[in-house]
Amino acid sequence: MIRVAGLTKRHAGAAAPVLSSVSFEVPSGSVAAVLGRSGSGKTTLLRCLCGLEPFESGTITVEGAAVLAGKDRRAAERGRVGLVFQSFELFPHLTVLDNCMLAPITVRRLPRAEAEAIAERLLAEFGLADKAGVFPDHLSGGQRQRVAIARALAMEPRVLLYDEPTSALDPSLKREVLETLRRVQATGVTQVLVTHDVWLAREAAERIFILDRGAIVEQGPAADVLDRPTTEAARRLVQGES
Amino acid sequence: MIAPRLRLGFAAALSVASLARAEGTPPPSGLDRIRARGELRWGGDSQGGAPYVFQDPMDPNHLIGFEVDLAAALAARLGVRARPIQGQWESLLALLGRGDFDVALNGIEVADEKQRVCLLSRPYYVAPERLAIRRGDGAAPRTLSSLRGRRVGTLPGSLAERTLTRAGAEVRTYEGGQDAIYADLRLGRTDAVLLDGPITRYYGEIDPAFEIVDGGSASDLGEVRYAAAVPLGDEALRDALDQAFASLAKDGTLRAIYERWGLWNDETAALLGDSRPPRPGVAEAFEAWRAAVGRLPPFWERVRDRYPRMMPLFARAAGLTLLISLSAMTLAIALGVLLALGRRFGPAPVRFAAVAYIEFVRGTPLLVQLTMIYFGLPELGLRLDPFAAGCLALGLNYAAAEAENYRAGLESVPLGQSEAAWSLGLSTWQTIRHVLAPQAIRVAIPPMTNDFIALIKDSSLVALVTMTELNKTYMNLASSTRDHLGLGLIVSLWYLAIGLPFARLARHAEARLARTQRRAA
Repeated sequence: MIRVAGLTKRHAGAAAPVLSSVSFEVPSGSVAAVLGRSGSGKTTLLRCLCGLEPFESGTITVEGAAVLAGKDRRAAERGRVGLVFQSFELFPHLTVLDNCMLAPITVRRLPRAEAEAIAERLLAEFGLADKAGVFPDHLSGGQRQRVAIARALAMEPRVLLYDEPTSALDPSLKREVLETLRRVQATGVTQVLVTHDVWLAREAAERIFILDRGAIVEQGPAADVLDRPTTEAARRLVQGES
Repeated sequence: MIAPRLRLGFAAALSVASLARAEGTPPPSGLDRIRARGELRWGGDSQGGAPYVFQDPMDPNHLIGFEVDLAAALAARLGVRARPIQGQWESLLALLGRGDFDVALNGIEVADEKQRVCLLSRPYYVAPERLAIRRGDGAAPRTLSSLRGRRVGTLPGSLAERTLTRAGAEVRTYEGGQDAIYADLRLGRTDAVLLDGPITRYYGEIDPAFEIVDGGSASDLGEVRYAAAVPLGDEALRDALDQAFASLAKDGTLRAIYERWGLWNDETAALLGDSRPPRPGVAEAFEAWRAAVGRLPPFWERVRDRYPRMMPLFARAAGLTLLISLSAMTLAIALGVLLALGRRFGPAPVRFAAVAYIEFVRGTPLLVQLTMIYFGLPELGLRLDPFAAGCLALGLNYAAAEAENYRAGLESVPLGQSEAAWSLGLSTWQTIRHVLAPQAIRVAIPPMTNDFIALIKDSSLVALVTMTELNKTYMNLASSTRDHLGLGLIVSLWYLAIGLPFARLARHAEARLARTQRRAA
């Protein structure tokens, strides 16, 4: 369970907060989507959720343990919340296999052989078994995304966050992304995607949160929110779908 | 105008000397140390050239000169061997003050300001100042008074320089050796050259392009007396040298040396109280030198006969240059990494200290830093040997440049890479070690290579601290053989031979790093 309560975040020198009193819950093992237009604060929310951004007030807990930013992060919590970046951020100097083994070896202190076995299993699961020795520069966008997901999963996180999972990919790959998300869901990891892709949200997520100007203006099951939007912000988003 | 290097050396010598005095306890006499060691270490500069201390043009592995003979005779009187120590002429008294050798013996003029930084022996030679002009130059200055406003070349820090300044001449001083001074006169860049008699005899008189002004005006030009210098407070050593000089004068050894080198003159005869008539035709050392350098053999002849004999000297010097450069670069890389990491990731005081260090070191000349380390640190009780001082100065200096290279490398890695590492749970140190450094190094290698090549060239500055590296070897040989162009090519090839392999190695490493990221599936 992810529990966010009263989360408020203000960028230095800015008058209006980026996030104001954001509260929501995501049950364990489910998929949630945060929908919002550019500048609505959804990427900031995502960064707060994984401890990349400090925030002024409110709490974020994952399975009951607080998510802390910066130096406050406890060693035991490392890798508990994984993040798949919009641009994937694979390490270009490491092979696909090494990308997936680096954190298990350095952070989880797994023996090399064990880390390698985990990485190979994950790569095989995402159809990348033949790419283990390849450097990221030689992969397609979709392959890179799956490596990024495998890399995060190698840390056995409780939560996996996605920043705009379809925006850097060719539209024809949307269905492939959806399949990947479902495959991850089968492992029991809680997933949160931040996106403005209503189609993906509708297909993948059980719960939808509409974020507008730093506040959650509407939330509920995907069908309710997307088919019967009650706020202007939600209506605009859904209409933009077609 | 006195060259900056001279002023620095002089200031350092003054401060070292004052410290020695401040401590109040007279140091044990150098004489005891010399006897215990069985060796008289004497300082001179072989770049100064003939006839003082120089490399034999016929066999550059040997030092010759009338002061080499003099040192040998002095040492014999003290019952020990003589061992020459190379030092830049302008810094000889500073090096003496540091204790790098026992005696400075290299055309050191008796002058009041010297007595503040060293003790001088009784004079051993009198050299009249002599004026050289271009033969056939009707407008050339021939008297002291006619030098006003004229361009005249001489050595920095010499009596001739002071005389010329007083006479209102436009003084040009040279660091590159005596040959350069006369070369400028030959080329019309100066109107005259005023130098000590021995130099004039060896570099001016032998060239038919020059006329040496003699006659009534000669006395206006003054004369200098050469003496040996010992550290302040060591009266025992000074007295021992005085006795040795007196006995060498008495038994005719000094006269024989001067005659062999063609330097015997009336003034020195008067100084030594020797009234025997001059003996003609005994200046064999002078004649040998004239025969060797009077006419430079054609280039290919030099390549065939002369340069091969110089190769061991160049090879040794190149080895030293390489060793200094590698040691200094190792230090520069290690310190540069710490500075770059401190500047990028350290807390505010560390960041400030790193920036302050980098700006201070980059903003001040390497020569100043080297002088401070070698001549200045002894004031604080830290007396480094020449190799350590040279490596330290070069290493500390280049660390600033390396730090900036690594910072640029670190900054070239996108922020998302650090964030990805963070989100996977890597600590700051693990992120640097496994994610940032491997990517930064690719960006840093080309400027590092440039810096290393620049460092190899800058290592020539350690000649200031008595190290005869590649450049100094060239300067010494060029000065003693008057062969600047041919030897210049040789020394350039040596520098290239040292630097090019590293440039190739760096390109190879760069290509390898690039390839690992582009290996096909």
